Amino acid sequence: MTEKKEDKFIQWVLFATGISSILIIILIIAFIFSEGLPAIFSIGLFNFIFGMIWNPDIGLYGVFPMIIGTLLTTFLALLMAIPLSLCCSIFLAEIAPPNMRKLLKPTIQGLAGIPSVIYGFFGLVIIVPFIRIHFGGSGFSVISASLILTIMILPTIISISEDALRSIPFEYSEASLALGATQWQTIKNVIVPAAVPGIITAIILGMGRAIGETMAVIMVTGNVVQIPGSIFEPVRTLTSNIALEMGYATGLHYSALFSTGIILLTVIVILLLLANYVNYKTKVSIGGGYL
Amino acid sequence: MNRIISPKNSQKIMKTIFWGSGILTILILIFIIGYILVNGLPVINFNFIFGEPIDNGASGGIFPFIVSTFYVTFVALIVATPLGVGGAIYLAEYAGENKLVKAIRFGSEILASIPSIVFGLFGFAFFVVYLSFGFSVLSGGLTLALMAMPTILRTAEVSIESVPKSYSEGSMALGASKWQTIYQVILPAAIPGIITGIILGMARAIEETAAILYTVGAALQVPVSIFDPARPLPLHLYTLATEGISMPNAYGTAAVLVVIILIITIVTNALVDRYTKKMMGR
Amino acid sequence: MPYRIEVENLNVYFGESHILKDINIKINTNMVTSLIGPSGCGKSTFIRTLNRMNDTIPTFKKDGTVLLDGKDIYDPNVDVVDLRKKVGMVFQKPNPFPKSIFDNVAYGLRIHGLNDNDVIANKVEESLKAAALWDEVEDKLEMSAMGLSGGQQQRLCIARTIAVEPEVILMDEPCSALDPISTTKIEDLIHKLKHDYTIIIVTHNMQQATRVSKYTAFFLHGEIVESGLTDKLFMEPKDKRTEDYITGRFG
Ligand SMILES: Nc1ncnc2c1ncn2[C@@H]1O[C@H](COP(=O)(O)OP(=O)(O)O)[C@@H](O)[C@H]1O
Ligand SMILES: [Mg+2]
Repeated sequence: MTEKKEDKFIQWVLFATGISSILIIILIIAFIFSEGLPAIFSIGLFNFIFGMIWNPDIGLYGVFPMIIGTLLTTFLALLMAIPLSLCCSIFLAEIAPPNMRKLLKPTIQGLAGIPSVIYGFFGLVIIVPFIRIHFGGSGFSVISASLILTIMILPTIISISEDALRSIPFEYSEASLALGATQWQTIKNVIVPAAVPGIITAIILGMGRAIGETMAVIMVTGNVVQIPGSIFEPVRTLTSNIALEMGYATGLHYSALFSTGIILLTVIVILLLLANYVNYKTKVSIGGGYL
Repeated sequence: MNRIISPKNSQKIMKTIFWGSGILTILILIFIIGYILVNGLPVINFNFIFGEPIDNGASGGIFPFIVSTFYVTFVALIVATPLGVGGAIYLAEYAGENKLVKAIRFGSEILASIPSIVFGLFGFAFFVVYLSFGFSVLSGGLTLALMAMPTILRTAEVSIESVPKSYSEGSMALGASKWQTIYQVILPAAIPGIITGIILGMARAIEETAAILYTVGAALQVPVSIFDPARPLPLHLYTLATEGISMPNAYGTAAVLVVIILIITIVTNALVDRYTKKMMGR
Repeated sequence: MPYRIEVENLNVYFGESHILKDINIKINTNMVTSLIGPSGCGKSTFIRTLNRMNDTIPTFKKDGTVLLDGKDIYDPNVDVVDLRKKVGMVFQKPNPFPKSIFDNVAYGLRIHGLNDNDVIANKVEESLKAAALWDEVEDKLEMSAMGLSGGQQQRLCIARTIAVEPEVILMDEPCSALDPISTTKIEDLIHKLKHDYTIIIVTHNMQQATRVSKYTAFFLHGEIVESGLTDKLFMEPKDKRTEDYITGRFG
């Protein structure tokens, strides 16, 4: 009898820890929204998102240049990271001999494990001067941030795409090779198309990581609130904006920073839903009706 | 046929490209770590590790920051481990496949993907201000706990689920209760995976910067009480580098951080390796 | 008539294990040859040696020669891609690509450089007709091949193989995953195809061997125990082990 009671109690405790992640999420959302919504109401959602000027001194809170900054750095990073990480994941899944794989796997783990602030520091001492010397300007720029972000999102895209490629049944490759296709034809025409949903998921999650990155970006973008004329000019991203101004913000300014957090949260949740949806699609389309 | 490049040649070209991308990735890592270590290791000596900072870190050592890092991480793990492991046991052993479980999974997925600066905002609003913990080891540690938890939960869940069903069936058949079975059969078998999860959570806490920017404060002394402010290494590095206080010390701090992360990575891998070998040996 | 395939002293190893031992066999042109034997005796390994599919297995090693039309297919100057175009293969589990029915058949044509859509369409139709599938899929060519039944999928795989105009078709237990009606359809198809193609079919169904093939080889533990005319092999086996196997006194 007492044993039964103990079991019930433990089950209850485990249940509580189980739902803690939901409770924490709700708590986070509640706090961010309750601090951030007042600013959105007082500024107006449209003026907040599409406002071109962010100047707390005169009470103007428009985050549009920061949205552009985030999008620019993110998409430029994706532009570089997608080809490199796809090639790398194909290499890992299809081509690399075992020795090479043994070397590359920990490498990717290593890239994922390097602290953001180290990436930022590296960007500050290597990439920013490089851009300054070769392309002019201060070197603090969209491109510097994108280069750093490219490296930072490589591990995410590579490992998820590799899983997707590996999950394609070997029977497909066999069929293609047996028809006289080269390995590359097989990869291009059979394996990659079948893995597309997984690859898209990988890219979406990589994008999420780039949008959310703060420290590495803050150290190399120059943090000027502007829509840059070229990728060699400085920008400020949404995340950096929060990190830079939280220290001294009060009142409406303080709330507006939480509103920026609301934007970030919303974007990330949408990206995650999208990634889950695409992934769910995969399961339905591959192997359906097989045998 | 009228092809510009024959299939055989494109096979060769693409193979070269794939090899190139793999090697490039390796070179990038070697370059970053190598660059930090080459410039940072010469700075490191006994005084640097165990000394007090002088002039905001312009000279002297980084001892308080090393202590801060481990202190804050410790607090984070004390909180995140029971939540993560408990949640994992619940998901793997008690919950079936229902809406609630899906919600928990999605919740921990969101938790794992929320930008760290948003955690920073929340930590500030909730722990620092609302609960009046102030800028302290406690506020920073709790904020990091929220970030480390999903990592621990996911890794632990996978390792609990990979314990063969026959183990628990054997135990249940002997009349053991569910909890006895979990405690005495499943958890021991899953422990290496759970420890790996905790170490990964620890790595996440050690490297984090944005989330503690406005939660731990910026002390230059060794924190003693959990209500003392602190300054973990990443934060110190950020300050040194962006405020131009001392480049050599920034390199030294970066190198210490890299070495810590490298050690963690190597230990985790060795653990996983030994674990898988043991499983294979059976 | 010259032999299409001649195998001399073939030995195959996967790593340390010696899978095929001293295989000698000649395969006649445009006839059906069956390979029978208990499972694990090396039948699949053998036919995968004939189109060099075993090259995809890192531990694969072989010695001895395999001649196709008198030329060694393992000669360093031979391109596997060309070889596999000449020696097509149908697998045990139907493995159509997750693409449309049309694209499955067009796949081989396209990778071999054909890009005139009318020509491709004609070839696809021709191949589907030859594989006795056309009538069933004529009006749903754009549908995913994954939606077909197992038997239809297997015939689609045969159509896909025929489309690239091989000389030899290897079939590795093509009916083992199929129902009896589909099996009959595939056997009828083999009868139709044998006039134009050299067919080697692995089967563990002895009735099937007698129904479809002129020649049969009996494999056991990686060796060919006996080979010859199918009727002869089944009516008056020379080797005791063959007799045991075909009378069912065996594994
Ligand atoms: N990739 C491989 N690596 C190692 N051994 C293999 C491999 N494929 C098959 N074998 C072994 O080779 C033997 C013959 O297998 P197989 O040719 O598939 O037999 P069959 O088709 O006659 O059933 C079996 O003992 C099998 O275990
Ligand atoms: Mg077989």
